[in-house]
Amino acid sequence: MDVAIIGAGIHKFGRTDGKSGLDQGVHAVRDALQDTGLTWEDIQFAFGGSAAAGNADIMVNSLGLTGMQFINVNNGCATGGSAVLSAYWAIKSGEFDLGLAVGFDKHPRGSFNPDPADWGLDSWYGEQGFMLTTQFFALKIQRYMELHGISSRSLALVAEKSFHNGALNENAWRRTTMDLETIESAPMINDPLNKYMFCSPGEGGVALILASAKKVKELGIEKPIWVKGAAVKTRLEGSFEVFSPSIQVERSKAPTELASEAAFEMAGIGPDEIDVAQLQDTESGAEIMHMAENGFCKDGEQEKLLAERATWIDGPLPVNTDGGCIANGEPIGASGLRQVYENVIQLRGQAGERQVPNDPKTAYSHVYGAPGLSAVAILER
Amino acid sequence: MTNALADDVLTSVDTDAALIAGRHIETGKVVFPWPTGVERRHFERIELTRTGTLWSWSVQRFLPKSPPYMGTETIETFKPYIFGYVELPGQVIVETRIVNAAEADLKIGMDMTLAIIDFDHKERGVVKTYAFEPA
Repeated sequence: MDVAIIGAGIHKFGRTDGKSGLDQGVHAVRDALQDTGLTWEDIQFAFGGSAAAGNADIMVNSLGLTGMQFINVNNGCATGGSAVLSAYWAIKSGEFDLGLAVGFDKHPRGSFNPDPADWGLDSWYGEQGFMLTTQFFALKIQRYMELHGISSRSLALVAEKSFHNGALNENAWRRTTMDLETIESAPMINDPLNKYMFCSPGEGGVALILASAKKVKELGIEKPIWVKGAAVKTRLEGSFEVFSPSIQVERSKAPTELASEAAFEMAGIGPDEIDVAQLQDTESGAEIMHMAENGFCKDGEQEKLLAERATWIDGPLPVNTDGGCIANGEPIGASGLRQVYENVIQLRGQAGERQVPNDPKTAYSHVYGAPGLSAVAILER
Repeated sequence: MTNALADDVLTSVDTDAALIAGRHIETGKVVFPWPTGVERRHFERIELTRTGTLWSWSVQRFLPKSPPYMGTETIETFKPYIFGYVELPGQVIVETRIVNAAEADLKIGMDMTLAIIDFDHKERGVVKTYAFEPA
């Protein structure tokens, strides 16, 4: 059974004082329903998630008590990606025709402060100052830069593009362009990554409505966006992941590589056939490494691609056209769904000032989360 | 080891101490720290080699949130600290603080050796923990 995304809704990312994360999620659902012309009563099931803003299924109190199936999803930073894939499989199985994937969040200011016990770690690990997600990203890109000849300038180039695209996105948090010099002179957070290269925990909500091919026909949907490939993969032995007191000497493929390969195989296309891509950019180093892990270039080629602005909106491979996590912040539950939302808008040709000019037919999204999993979705119109 | 930050992480807090890890009884996989709880029955206790090579490094430039961080520093007194991973050949790659080094001196692949350092714990006072330093 083919599955399409027929509705997409969003609540502006960033900081919305006086509005709960849950209310931002409800806003996104109403926006998605309006996008399709459907009502809440039409929705047969939902998968929803939030890391810090309450139980997603509470939103039925606002949207209506219809008896529908609502399952909460909690998969770290990949929560949103996991929600949309769960909805995809529910329809693909033939069990349902029409459902919802929703995610929202509202995080306190500053870095995350996870409890070591939640991650299967002893308290000393956090007590002596290792329990920070930013450290992992810095350590991964530091080694990658040295092994593959990536310069600090490339880290700044990614951030420059993120802020540029964010300025073109009415739903983004950071809407001011920033020049390279400003980015490069920002205070260091965890070397080699500085303040303007990291995304921040934030707020926002996204909802997507998915339907079977049968339902698409029945509803007379004009621009269905088909899900052609979808995969979630967890880590292998020998993968380097966040919150690891030790890692194995013998290295292995990253979960992103596994998810990417599986999704491409399912879609029956390759990376060179993708017209627009949203790649997890928790910080600018992650976007660089994920370009290679998702198969869009070889390790080290990013240095040249970034210098040539290949990943800008008008380049041969536009990446993070909505400004990514760097310009949107990372409300965990909503973040992976934002990427799919952006791809739907791009494929429909509705992205306005940030519309990629290549008349995109295929789009790729990738989200990575702790403790080491990746979700990939390939869309086609 | 009452003045060690954690039990079963170091063999002692003396200058010749070694890190304690677990080796999986069936697969031979080495993990640090030695697993606790019910998992421990699958791992035999081993001592890790005291020397290895730098695998990656970074600098913590802001005061980590507490909890979980238990250092006594305030935003005013906080001094950035270097941390990273050290590969212990044939065994495992361990996450560690890095001491007695300047950032400019650090090069992936350089030789490193285990050190015992003081950690000023906000509830327990000065305790001992592990770090690595250039060999």
